Amino acid sequence: MGWTRKDLLTMRELEAAEIITLVDTAASLQEIAGREIKKVPALRGKTIVNLFYENSTRTRTSFEIAGKWLSADVINFSASGSSAAKGESFIDTARNIAAMSPDVVVVRHSSAGAAAILAKDLSCSIVNAGDGAHEHPTQALLDLLTIREHKGHFEGLNVAIVGDISHSRVARSNIHGMRKLGMTVTVAGPPTLIPPFVQELGVKVAYRLEDAIRDVDVIMMLRLQQERMTAGLIPSLREYSRYWGLTLDKLRAQARPDVLIMHPGPVNRGVELSPEVADGPYSVILDQVAKGVAVRMGVLLLLAGAKSEQAKGEPA
Amino acid sequence: MTSRSRLREKAQVLDDAALDRALTRIAHEILERNGGAKDLAFVGLRTRGITLAQRLAAKIATIDGAQTPVGTLDITLYRDDLDMRGAPVVRGTDIPFSIKNKTVVLVDDVLYTGRTIRAALDALIDLGRPGSIQLAILIDRGHRELPIRPDFIGKNLPTSRRESVAVRLKEHDGEDRVVIEEPEEA
Repeated sequence: MGWTRKDLLTMRELEAAEIITLVDTAASLQEIAGREIKKVPALRGKTIVNLFYENSTRTRTSFEIAGKWLSADVINFSASGSSAAKGESFIDTARNIAAMSPDVVVVRHSSAGAAAILAKDLSCSIVNAGDGAHEHPTQALLDLLTIREHKGHFEGLNVAIVGDISHSRVARSNIHGMRKLGMTVTVAGPPTLIPPFVQELGVKVAYRLEDAIRDVDVIMMLRLQQERMTAGLIPSLREYSRYWGLTLDKLRAQARPDVLIMHPGPVNRGVELSPEVADGPYSVILDQVAKGVAVRMGVLLLLAGAKSEQAKGEPA
Repeated sequence: MTSRSRLREKAQVLDDAALDRALTRIAHEILERNGGAKDLAFVGLRTRGITLAQRLAAKIATIDGAQTPVGTLDITLYRDDLDMRGAPVVRGTDIPFSIKNKTVVLVDDVLYTGRTIRAALDALIDLGRPGSIQLAILIDRGHRELPIRPDFIGKNLPTSRRESVAVRLKEHDGEDRVVIEEPEEA
């Protein structure tokens, strides 16, 4: 299926065929990472702006490398040390950047819907690189690519997503993507971190780690943000770690021998994942990061290409 | 190019026997030009170039007994008309051997403007430094827009620009045949 969207904002709005197009494109771009000369001329002359209002190492670097490997010019903008620190509003900053005619703006912001606002307001392509607790579509896409490379398919797989579901944009994007591709999703975590009515997204809920990870193909552990404890949502890190931390013992007792352990990073070692699990044979965490570059190359390539299609005046 | 209007078959250019003879001859010419199959490698262009490259490698194995590696090149990321085509469909490059100092024979089904081959040369050179690159083409239909000339040609076929050349291969189309097609009159 061809790609026609101007923006990539959510997994929720995508059709299964569009998700497959993104994953397929990313899969065929992976080969570039293994080359001696890691550069192809596809996006020569295109400009990509990384507009990051929240801290990020993985995602920003990943978009930057992806853009550079495709020969685009990549400019990083972070809110600290910029006009945003002087009190310029989000939309004003974005309009100023748009006035410099970038082709793609990659945006991360702590407010849900920030990317959607820009997509409506600006004529360039917008990629949502995380908006509050809403969505993080490129993370879900790289998770899907990782799963397909290891399991060979999507249909019928069982996935457990464990941890702070309420505040997780990674969980939300993955739930939408996985459901569309025919996977069964179970979310699990302390009741204070499970959103009410989460079943309406078509997922099952488990309130014990042992129940969630039994016989699943993939376990996705989420990062526990430490500020959840000061907000009173969990009694203590130690208790969280005892009940919800994934250890080798729990894994061996309950999980399938071919289970994949995933984590969107950064990992709190000893909280949601014990070091033996994070570095163990089931873990594909670093593989996820590597696939992240391929996914972002695919997204940038498809958006920049589809944009030219819309701008096309006369036939070739 | 084929989806723009309905095409009807105008003439048959090669049947299965003639297509096979052309490939056999090209295989011999490749061996003759290079004094054997040493350091030879085939790289086929998606999609039918790959099949032709595999057939040439098989013929060289029968003639010379040498196993020649065959790779696959996707030139989507190197096109000069990405802006005119809408969202690109990338299907991946797979060259599981080093092309450094090899004699690489690029294989494609039809040579037309030469722009695909220009892109393929760039793509190939990004993967390493071959000793030399040669070009094998089943049908050369003329109308070059770039200074590119094939080394091995199955058949020269003068065409007009409104016609199109369809190479049909068993692996993709169920038959071995080359035909000229032209748009149906409205």
